[in-house]
Amino acid sequence: MNNSKYYEKVSVLEALKKGSIDIKLSALFMGFANLANKQIIKGLLFLLSEILFLITFVLQVIPSIHGLITLGTQKAGEVVDPDTGITITVSGDNSFLFLLFGLAALIFCAVFAYIYWCNLKSARNLYVIKKEGLKAPSFKEDVATLSNSRFHMTMMAVPLLGVLVFTVLPLILTICLAFTNADKDHFPPGNLFSWVGFENFGNIITGRMAGSFFPILSWTLIWAVFATVTNFFFGILLALVINTKGLKFKKFWRTIFVITIAVPLFISLLIMRNLLHPDGPLNELLKNWGLIQQSLPFLTDPTWAKFSIIFVNMWVGIPYTMLVSTSIIMNLPQEQLEAAEIDGASKFQIFKSITFPQILLIMTPTLIQQFIGNINNFNVIYLLTGGGPVNPEFYQAGSTDLLVTWLYKLSFESSRDYKLASVIGILIFVLSATFSLIAYTRTNSYKEGAVK
Amino acid sequence: MKSKKHIRLSLTYLLLTLLSIAWLFPIAWVVLTSFRGEGTAFVGYIIPKTFTLDNYAKLFNNEAFPFAKWFLNTFIVAAATCVVSTFITVVMAYSLSRIKFKFRNGFLKLALVLNMFPGFMSMIAIYYILKALNLTQTLFALVLVYSAGAALGFYIAKGFFDTVPYSLDESAMIDGATRKDIFFKITLPLSKPIIVYTALTAFIGPWMDFIFAKVILGDATEKYTVAIGLFSMLAQDRINVWFKSFAAGSVLIAIPITLLFMYMQKYYVEGITSGSVK
Repeated sequence: MNNSKYYEKVSVLEALKKGSIDIKLSALFMGFANLANKQIIKGLLFLLSEILFLITFVLQVIPSIHGLITLGTQKAGEVVDPDTGITITVSGDNSFLFLLFGLAALIFCAVFAYIYWCNLKSARNLYVIKKEGLKAPSFKEDVATLSNSRFHMTMMAVPLLGVLVFTVLPLILTICLAFTNADKDHFPPGNLFSWVGFENFGNIITGRMAGSFFPILSWTLIWAVFATVTNFFFGILLALVINTKGLKFKKFWRTIFVITIAVPLFISLLIMRNLLHPDGPLNELLKNWGLIQQSLPFLTDPTWAKFSIIFVNMWVGIPYTMLVSTSIIMNLPQEQLEAAEIDGASKFQIFKSITFPQILLIMTPTLIQQFIGNINNFNVIYLLTGGGPVNPEFYQAGSTDLLVTWLYKLSFESSRDYKLASVIGILIFVLSATFSLIAYTRTNSYKEGAVK
Repeated sequence: MKSKKHIRLSLTYLLLTLLSIAWLFPIAWVVLTSFRGEGTAFVGYIIPKTFTLDNYAKLFNNEAFPFAKWFLNTFIVAAATCVVSTFITVVMAYSLSRIKFKFRNGFLKLALVLNMFPGFMSMIAIYYILKALNLTQTLFALVLVYSAGAALGFYIAKGFFDTVPYSLDESAMIDGATRKDIFFKITLPLSKPIIVYTALTAFIGPWMDFIFAKVILGDATEKYTVAIGLFSMLAQDRINVWFKSFAAGSVLIAIPITLLFMYMQKYYVEGITSGSVK
């Protein structure tokens, strides 16, 4: 039995105003209404959570929030103890942990606020129950609703905790880093970082990082457009070629291409990297055949590398599109195609006006997802060229680096420029969100699939 | 007329043959290299002069790169991740698909937004959180991180549950079944295909990922998964000695995953097209 609708005709505020003293008091002493109405266990649980919260608030939350504001004041090093005059070594404050615990404290408060709200709702429910002369549910009955009307809460509790700790908290933490000066010279242990406001954003948009950021951004977009369009277009062509009337062994041809999808991506990309190596088999073959005298700089020259990456990506991606569009082509209404053939339409006309638009219609959501995926396509770039060849004009980036690989390099390679990496992360998010929003509003299928 | 058609068909065969060669050449090269007896990383020809199994044997009897250990590590992580994240994905997808609760639409939108942040962005923070929990350089941390990600990857499974008729739930409820009964006794048995798909995807994940694993495991070679292990064989100073064994290791990993993928192919296509054809 689901009663929440039934209770909700009375608002919490109204119940607090009109309710008897026990309802009113539960705003101050959590669980008071439950205790006064024989819901002993529930009442005690509420009361206990309030007491625990108050103790933690004083002992942990207040210092943590203070730490969040200052991000630490004491550097690691030697200080003179004012009482004794002796020099002692201190480990110093850890700005990163201060930030982490400060945010954790804020989340803890939010969780408590939710429990508090549940307490008020519970008091409101008791108010309704008393007014209508019903019997208050026992603790056992309350627990039983967890396997029925509130089953979703039981099921989602643990996954959501995981999301909170391993997705939401790290994300907020990283976003915060974008507003600090955290880098290898300002990072614990040993050093402190502090809040700097929008300085890093200014640095990237107009400051000294702009010379690296805008070229990398434009290559990211060019790459994403070419990677998506070439895969899509040639994938459909391949599917159509294999589907040619009268062609034998269709399944055999398809399987050849599907095998390459099945090979783990990191393996096939590493193979490609070595295949295109200056001393690799492709160059050796071309030399043996006398087509070239010197090795072609497939991955070592900026322009060559960009083309090689797009071609390798076609090798990786075309079979995917082929696989998906084959199933679409097979399900296209045949009558329309036959009618067009009888009317004397050429193969190209049929493709242009019937087949292609229909495939496009069905695959638009996938296409947009692929485009966003390509903006964030870490593996292809990192495994093929590692962003190289090195470009001396860029800050810590190579000629083929995308924003994501640049972000990775800034976080984990020698520069350890966390503040810059976080700003780039936020900008990538803005980029993806913009394109998703366009997709979301333009295509109905995407909308239906997402929120229904 | 007939000969024209004939020529066109022959051209199609020719084109497909050429394309097939282009697509299979890299794979053939690696398989051949893995059996090559002579030379270092690169030689000036494709077909080896001598064939040997030494490159495979080397993977299993050396100290520096304990391939068998890596294989076991990956298998443990993959199996644990598979169980935990399948459970999480199915549970989330079911709740968000079947139960109409208050914050459902809000949560769906939030998940969409969270998924738009690049995964690498928060990696450094996750690393420090794991460090604060004293979990870095453990396989448990890998399972934890992979499974936590599953809670937001529910879209395909949700799409499946959306297609299970709601009237089944309603008639069961009239007969007095609770939500829990409906989930375990009606919906789950009907959802075998999507459970298989989710489980296999989750199982394959740890075999492929090397960035997260590398960040979390650092230099603990003993704890490496096969992906990082194979990647580390290709470092500048090692590639000449280890390239042929890298090829052998790649073949060993690729075979089971290729078979799994062939089996999953049908589900994969359905997952992509069913979301849009409505």
